[in-house]
Amino acid sequence: MYDVIIIGAGVSGCAVARELSRYQVKACVLEKAEDVCCGTSKANSGIVHAGYDAMPGTLMAKLNVRGNHLMGELSEELDFPFSRKGSLVICREKDGLHRLEELKERGEKNGVEGLKILDREQVLAIEPNVSKDVIAALYAPSAGLVCPFSLNIALAENANENGIEFYLDTEVQKIRKTELGFWVQTSRGDYETRYIVNAAGVYADQFHNMVSEKKLNITPRKGEYYLLDKSAGTQVTRTIFALPTNFGKGILVTPTIHGNLLVGPTAADIEDKEGTNTTADGLAAIAEKAGQNVSGLPLKKVITSFAGLRAHEDGHDFVIEEANDAPGFIDCAGIESPGLTSAPAIGEMVAEILRKKLGLTENPHFQGRRKGILDPSKLSMEERNELIQKNPAYGNIICRCEMISEGEILDSIHRPLGARSLDGVKRRTRAGMGRCQSGFCSPRTMEILSRECGIPMEELTKSGGESRLIAGTNKDSF
Amino acid sequence: MEQYEIVIIGGGPAGLAAAVSARNAGAGQILILERDKELGGILNQCIHNGFGLHTFKEELTGPEYAARFISQVEELGIEYRLHTMVMDIDRKKVITAMSREKGMYQIQAKAVILAMGCRERPRGALNIPGYRPAGIYSAGTAQRLVNIEGLLPGRKVVILGSGDIGLIMARRMTMEGASVQVVAELMPYSGGLKRNIVQCLDDFGIPLKLSHTVIDIKGKERVEGITLAAVDEKGVPIPGTEEEYECDTLLLSVGLIPENELSSQIGVTLNPVTSGPIVDESLETDVEGVFACGNVLHVHDLVDFVSEEAAAAGKNAARYVDKFLKKENIYGKEEADPYHGQSQAAVSLIPTGGVRYTVPSIIHPDRMQEEQVVRFRVGRVYYNCYINVYLNGERLLHRKRPVMAPGEMEQIKLKESWFANVPKNAEMTIQIEEA
Repeated sequence: MYDVIIIGAGVSGCAVARELSRYQVKACVLEKAEDVCCGTSKANSGIVHAGYDAMPGTLMAKLNVRGNHLMGELSEELDFPFSRKGSLVICREKDGLHRLEELKERGEKNGVEGLKILDREQVLAIEPNVSKDVIAALYAPSAGLVCPFSLNIALAENANENGIEFYLDTEVQKIRKTELGFWVQTSRGDYETRYIVNAAGVYADQFHNMVSEKKLNITPRKGEYYLLDKSAGTQVTRTIFALPTNFGKGILVTPTIHGNLLVGPTAADIEDKEGTNTTADGLAAIAEKAGQNVSGLPLKKVITSFAGLRAHEDGHDFVIEEANDAPGFIDCAGIESPGLTSAPAIGEMVAEILRKKLGLTENPHFQGRRKGILDPSKLSMEERNELIQKNPAYGNIICRCEMISEGEILDSIHRPLGARSLDGVKRRTRAGMGRCQSGFCSPRTMEILSRECGIPMEELTKSGGESRLIAGTNKDSF
Repeated sequence: MEQYEIVIIGGGPAGLAAAVSARNAGAGQILILERDKELGGILNQCIHNGFGLHTFKEELTGPEYAARFISQVEELGIEYRLHTMVMDIDRKKVITAMSREKGMYQIQAKAVILAMGCRERPRGALNIPGYRPAGIYSAGTAQRLVNIEGLLPGRKVVILGSGDIGLIMARRMTMEGASVQVVAELMPYSGGLKRNIVQCLDDFGIPLKLSHTVIDIKGKERVEGITLAAVDEKGVPIPGTEEEYECDTLLLSVGLIPENELSSQIGVTLNPVTSGPIVDESLETDVEGVFACGNVLHVHDLVDFVSEEAAAAGKNAARYVDKFLKKENIYGKEEADPYHGQSQAAVSLIPTGGVRYTVPSIIHPDRMQEEQVVRFRVGRVYYNCYINVYLNGERLLHRKRPVMAPGEMEQIKLKESWFANVPKNAEMTIQIEEA
């Protein structure tokens, strides 16, 4: 019997798990994928929003600003890449000026600090590649960039180190109310729990609707992106947003925390909750709109494109509360943008609900600091040599594009909730994320994974399930 | 800091031939830095034959061809380091390298030869819509898995792109038991050698669909199928021509990109057409004492020409070092030195009329050999046309070619005598004249 079962090991679920691990509690996270950070959390803009978009008084507005506020300290505690680079909302038409003012007022009501409207010259002085048509921009110094994988994985690892259990490849199929709480049927056996945290992303409505009559409806809203080579990463130094319209925030152009350039997302409501495919129309739409606010975008330097699904709930606000007619069932639903930014605050809020309900007491062994995978490129040559002497694997470069060593890959495999697949290694180390997109390193990374995890090459996967990389051996069909 | 006369970055065919030639031209301390566990580069996974027809007048496999050069390197006592990644090179030719055994360290070179080769264009660069499942491999990655590891990446294969590696892999996958259903090529002509189309596709009954591309990839976990469509002359898919193929593997052979991250770190200027350094007749880049050869300079079809080009780079690097040393040793008696920007003239080679680029793109007449090889590629297929070479308006070469294609590198030879009394900053144009 668990005190709490968290459904979903995305950034919300893991943030809840990490905050919950501050208390003495028997809790676990159930995740249908083979790794944490496999749904919406892995395919988004990687942006820490300032908090001027959401309407004052909404949960979105409150948690965005709070999450933004918490992110700096959290990135130090959990050792993940985060940088407050600032953002600009670009206005190119006179009729847009009042909307810029509205955004600023909205932001100030939401508690966003430092918002300023810059004129054309001020904008071009700090971002010379912004379209010359710009007439003004809303500058938000508190906006930032984060590595979404590192944030999600750091939260998961730290939660796990502090006693939260994780069951991967474990798909929740049915939930039934019981006298003491809930009975949870999964693809790998049944669980019983007093409380459930429903952090299931685009599937959160399905789980909610299993226990509640007050139905939720989540529409997957597809966002497609282009990722450009690092040689294009200095095109802009801040996140460049379009002026939002009724149709959404539009196509943004941003450097990533690792120095690539990201362009997107589109916004298309779809039915398929697994529909993470890119589309010809979507990719064409980005190419068409990308240049509106930033000139000279080198779209020839695209190294990959991808699509993510935002969990859009009909009410267009985060749903974080105990379901009215299902005591013990805590929703963490409708977590669309700014969900990544809000994650630390979502974790805090849900853990507080649970603390009160369950009367939890502090975990005396809680260790809030976690060390990420060592980045040798940040070391001096002397330090690096010392490292290689101690562990020669750090002298063996596996991914030539991102210059990732065998040492980092071994670390990604052997740490808590370590990588078991090619994508797992990629999200943790960036091996395979560079301009050759793993053409060079994938056979080498596969060898390391196979050796370290004792998985035969034929059983290795790209991302779990049926995503096997190798079909067999030469001539085995003769 | 360790010091070497010539440091060669990369121990593949270009690096090996450059090393041998530099030693034969008198260079003393030469060091080859190779990131892999053995010398030979990509040749080690090219186990098919057809290498060396020009160089050795016989048909060798890739590893055999490499072995000929490796044994010369060994015999000449040329030093090399394996498992060694070059992390950085600066303008002063200080090389930062790293290996398990030696850690991170620096080497001062007098001359550097860039021979890093190229990499394959990935799927992402093509913007093919669809899912991102397992089973999508660049042809070279699949070649490594099959030929080095003995692993079959898939059983039912579609190949996009008709580059040589894709054609070779169509045959290899078939011979290893996979079924290769079709090779699709976006362009109206193949990107590979004619002989590979005959030997790798025609002989195995594998269809080649020109002016076709993949417009969708199905399967969320592993590839389950792709959609192929014909494209118009602009490369845009034509509605109504879609064909579904069931497959578990998509191989991509859609172009090679010279790997010039280190070149850029040094400050070498790149040619946007080739993505390789701009070089002169000596294969010297615009950073003095830095030479380039092989696929890092421009992508070749035949390794024989890589070896030939690399030999020239090696010899010129040795000459450079010789001059460099003399200048140091005979202090105060400095001669007019053509290697340090005091050349009489620099003739620019201008590709035009169907010629996409030339290597080299600058000729210093006072530094050139009696005959200077110029290599280039054309932008489309030409039949019964002429290669023309003009120097300051005067036509010096008019050679008939029955067929020329983008997939086959062309070469011409310029004569030193043409450049006698050439004015400073003259222009030479190389063009295709259609009959």
